[in-house]
Amino acid sequence: MASHDAVGNMQGATTEESVWNGGASPYAVGSKKLGMWLFILSDAITFAALLIAYSYVRVGSPQWPRPFGASSIANATVMTFVLLSSSVSMVLAVRAAKLGERSQTVKWILATMLGGVMFDVLHIREWLGLIEEGVRLFRNPWGTPLFGATFFGLTGLHMTHVTVGVLYLGVIAVGVYRSKFTSEDVEVSGLYWHFVDLVWMFIFPLVYLMSAKFA
Amino acid sequence: MITHQTGEHVQGKRIFLYVWGYLLALTVIEVFLAYQQLNLKTMLVILMALSVVKASLIISYFMHLRYERRSLAVTLMPALIFVIGMMFAIFPDSLRLLQLGIR
Repeated sequence: MASHDAVGNMQGATTEESVWNGGASPYAVGSKKLGMWLFILSDAITFAALLIAYSYVRVGSPQWPRPFGASSIANATVMTFVLLSSSVSMVLAVRAAKLGERSQTVKWILATMLGGVMFDVLHIREWLGLIEEGVRLFRNPWGTPLFGATFFGLTGLHMTHVTVGVLYLGVIAVGVYRSKFTSEDVEVSGLYWHFVDLVWMFIFPLVYLMSAKFA
Repeated sequence: MITHQTGEHVQGKRIFLYVWGYLLALTVIEVFLAYQQLNLKTMLVILMALSVVKASLIISYFMHLRYERRSLAVTLMPALIFVIGMMFAIFPDSLRLLQLGIR
């Protein structure tokens, strides 16, 4: 039992073990991971704002184009499968990192990167097809001028996130290969990657499925 | 050598494959629904509900939030839901736009 002096300082006792004495992390999570979660929160709000802006314009328009035929929907569905699978490979990379398996970690990160690149390639192919049909940012063959702005804005920002993610994962893969990064670093990059997949889970139905062309 | 962080449990691979399976199945259901030519509002509600389920699976299992301290989820999720809810306040205005008859 510690005694206290006139101003309340503890006298002659061993220092109490207390969370407030330093050395503990909030939420029992490292600062890198907490930082990534907070970034993800802010980025989620950004995408939510864009999705709601798109929804606002769409609800306010009497006639919104439904230009995505079966091949476009099939393409977007394949893109969704690719991104979901890349999330699984990422999760396996994190698991391998936690088990200390360096080469397995690098292998799974490379698989994830490949998924991201495939997604980008399929997406750009689709963009080129739409641009060829005459879709631009503020005009298109179907009348409602903001279709292009909302479509390219949303999917473009998402594609940028995927591309940045691939580069980020590349840096992590190199660092893991050289034994410079810990499993926490791999886990944090995994959080970012899953977030990118998460956003697509909302873009796919709202942008593609809601604009599917019926014969 | 990658630092092995002590005290963390490493999960088996199986649960990830199950979650992946659910996510793929939900995607297939969503695509199927899109071609059912439902009333727009109904389809939107169902699609959004399915997307929220998919998002919850990814956040809980892939992003591991289910296994973290609950205080982390309690800090992040209500804030996100609150902000998104706030943004929904503009939708009555889009209905007004529609009624104004602007093309």
